[in-house]
Amino acid sequence: MWEDIKSFASTFFVTGDPLIYGADVAIVLTTLAIVFVLTKYKKWGWLWREWLTTVDHKKIGIMYLICSLLMLFRGGVDALLMRLQLALPNVEFLHSEHYNAIFTTHGTIMILFMAMPMMFALFNIVVPLQIGARDVAYPFLNALSFWLFFFGAMLFNLSFVIGGSAESGWLAYPPLSEKMFSPGVGQDFYIWGIQISGIGSLATGINFLVTILKMRAPGMSLMKMPLFSWSVLSSCITIIYAFPILTVTLALLFIDRYLGAHIFTMDGGGNPMMYVNLIWMWGHPEVYIVVLPAFGIFSEIVATFSKKQIFGYKSMVFAMIIISVLSFFTWAHHFFTMGAGADVNSFFAISTMAIAIPTGVKVFNWLFTMFRGRIQLKQPMLWTIAFIPCFVIGGATGVMLAVAPADYQYHNSYFLIAHFHQVLIGGVVFGYLAGIYYWWPKMFGFKLDERLGKWGFWLWNIGFYVCFMPQYALGFMGMTRRLYTYGWDLGWAPLNLVSTVGAFMMGLGFVFQVWQIAYSIKHGERDTTGDPWNGRTLEWSIPSPAPVYNFAVIPQVKEADDWWATKQARANGTANEAPAKLEPIHMPKNSGIPFIMSFFWFIAGFGFVWGWTWWIVIGLAGVGISMLVRSFQYDTDYYIPVDEVRRTEASLGRAV
Amino acid sequence: MMQHDSHGHGEGHGSLKSYVIGFVLSIVLTIIPLVLVMNKVLSGTALVVAIMAMAVLQLFVQLFFFMHIREGEKPRYNVQALILGAVILLTIVAGSIWVMSFNSMVQ
Repeated sequence: MWEDIKSFASTFFVTGDPLIYGADVAIVLTTLAIVFVLTKYKKWGWLWREWLTTVDHKKIGIMYLICSLLMLFRGGVDALLMRLQLALPNVEFLHSEHYNAIFTTHGTIMILFMAMPMMFALFNIVVPLQIGARDVAYPFLNALSFWLFFFGAMLFNLSFVIGGSAESGWLAYPPLSEKMFSPGVGQDFYIWGIQISGIGSLATGINFLVTILKMRAPGMSLMKMPLFSWSVLSSCITIIYAFPILTVTLALLFIDRYLGAHIFTMDGGGNPMMYVNLIWMWGHPEVYIVVLPAFGIFSEIVATFSKKQIFGYKSMVFAMIIISVLSFFTWAHHFFTMGAGADVNSFFAISTMAIAIPTGVKVFNWLFTMFRGRIQLKQPMLWTIAFIPCFVIGGATGVMLAVAPADYQYHNSYFLIAHFHQVLIGGVVFGYLAGIYYWWPKMFGFKLDERLGKWGFWLWNIGFYVCFMPQYALGFMGMTRRLYTYGWDLGWAPLNLVSTVGAFMMGLGFVFQVWQIAYSIKHGERDTTGDPWNGRTLEWSIPSPAPVYNFAVIPQVKEADDWWATKQARANGTANEAPAKLEPIHMPKNSGIPFIMSFFWFIAGFGFVWGWTWWIVIGLAGVGISMLVRSFQYDTDYYIPVDEVRRTEASLGRAV
Repeated sequence: MMQHDSHGHGEGHGSLKSYVIGFVLSIVLTIIPLVLVMNKVLSGTALVVAIMAMAVLQLFVQLFFFMHIREGEKPRYNVQALILGAVILLTIVAGSIWVMSFNSMVQ
C-alpha cells in the first residue's frame, strides 16, 4: 500500500529539481495566504458575488488583465531562466530536458495565456464603452469564455509541478510530440490546456463580432466607428476562421496519442508535415489576431495625443481588413525548408511580402497623424512612438525571412528568434502596454504614475535592443534556436552575455511597472472628470470607472470622434443637446454557471491527461448538466430603476 | 442583452422537428463513412471521395438545420460570412493538398 502511494506520487508530482521544490513551497504558501486573507476579512461571499459570478464586461476585463499580468510574470521568469542558462558556454544551470520544458512553456504561455487574455482584457474593457453599448451581445457567454480560459491556463500551468511539462516546443510538432517520443503527460496537459481555453477564445471572437455589428449606439455607422473597435472586428473575423483549425489539429494529435491512431506518425501512413501545415494555418493568422488590436490601440493613442483626427481613416480600415484576410494565405512561409517546390515557395514568399503593404500604409498614417500635431509625450504615446521604429525593423527582417531561398539560411536560427520577438514585443506587448496605460484611468479611476512608468519604459526599451540585436548576429554566426548549451570554441559567448543582460533589463522594467501600479493605487492622480487625456471617443464621455450600466442614456452619434465633436460644440456654444430622459435600464443577471461549467471542463481535461475514466465521466457529465440547467433558466435579466440610475449618476457628479 | 431582445420580435429559432431531422441526418452521414471503412466496402479513391462527399453534405445539414442560414433580418451578413468561409475552406483544403503534394514526389 505504502509502496503504491510512493510510486504514484513519484510519477504524479515532478521531483528531483530544487527549482521545482522551491516553486512547490511558493505555490502552497501563496494559496494558504490567499485563503487566510479571504477568510480573515470574510471576503468569500464578496469574491463569489462580485467577481466569480459576474457577467459585467468591465469586471471580466479586469480579471483577464490580472491573469495576463501573472502569466507575463511566469513567461518572463521562463525567459530569464533560459537567458541565464545561455549567458555563458557550458553553464550547468538547467539540464537539457528542463530547458526544453521551459522554452515550450515560455512560448505557449506568452502567446496563448499572456497575449490572448491581455487582448481580451482590452476588448472587454473598451469595446462596449467605445461603441456606446451597455454590455456585450452575450454577457453569459462572455463570462464562460473567461472561465474556460482561466481553467485551461490553470491546467497548462499545473504541469509545471504535477506530471511534468511538455518538452516539444510551443507548437508541439510531431513526431516529437507523439506518444513514442513524448510518453509523459506533459504533452496532454498542453493539448487540453489549449483546447479548453481555445473554446473560450472562439466564443469571445463570436461575441465581439456580434457586439460590434449589432450593438453600436444609434447613428454610429461602421465608417464612424473608432479604429480600435474596427481592429477588434477584423481580429474577431480572423479568430472565428482560424481557431477551429487549431482545435481540430490538436484533437487529431490527441487521437494519435490517446487512441493510437497514425495521423501524424512516421509510420502507418501518417504524415508529420501535415500537422505542421495545419498548425500554421492557425498559427499565422494568430499573430495577426494579436497584432491587429495593437494597431487599433496605436491609432486611438496617436490621434488623442497629437490632438488631431487620425490621418487616412478609410485606408486604416481597409488595411486592417486586408491584413485579416491575407493572413490566411501566408502560412507555408513557416516551413519553406520542407522543400515543397519552387511554385509553392514563390507563392508564399510573395503573399508574405504583400502583407507588408497594408502594414506600411498604417505606419505612414500614424506618422502623418503626428505630423504638425500638438504631441504630448504621455506614457501611452511614449510606447506608441517606441513601437514605430521597433516594428519597422522587425518588419524589414520579416521581409528578409520571406525571401524563400534566403530563408534556408535563416530558418530556425537566432535570426528568426530575434525577428519574431521584435514584432511580438515591439508590436503586441508595446501596443497592449500602451493600451493599458491609456485606458487604466477608465478601468480604475486613477492614472499610473509617470515617473516610475518612465523608468519602466526606458528599461524595457533599452533592454529590448540590448537583448535582441545581438541575437540577429548570433543567428548569422550559426546559433540555432532551442540549443540548451554551447561551447567556448564557437565564439558566441560575448553576444550571448550581452543578450542576457538585456533580458534582465526588461525584467527590471517589469518590476518597475509592478511598483508603479502598487504606488499609483495610493498616490496616482485621480481621474475625476472621466476624460483624463482629453479623448475623442465615447468611452471618455462617461465617469471613470464606468457605472455598471455604462451609459445612463445611450448617446446619439453624429460623427466619427463623436465625443470630440460634442466637446467642440459645447465650447463654441453651438451644442444642441436635448434634455436626457432616463428609462429603466435592462441588464443581465450574474450567474455561477460559467465558473462551475468551466471547472467541470477542468476535471474532464485532467481526467483525459491521466487517462482516469471516472474523472472524464464526472467532468463531461458536469458540463452537460450545467448546459441543461442554463437552458431552463428564464430569469436571467433585470431592470435598474430610474431612481437608482439617478442616484448613481449624482454620486458620480453627473446631473441627469 | 441581445439574446433577450431577440425574443421580443419573434425571430425564428427553428422547430423541434427541424432540429431532430438535422440531428438524425448528421448521425446518418457520420455512420455511413464509418461503415464504409470498418466493413471495407470501398477502398482507394472511391473511399476518399465517398468520405468527402458525406462531409460536404453534413456541412450543409448543419448550415440549414442548426445555423439557420435562411433566417435573420439581414441576410447580407450571412452571405458575406458564407463567401469568406467558403474562400477560407477552399484555401485550407486545396492549399493543403497543394503544399503537401511534395510528399508524393518524395516518396
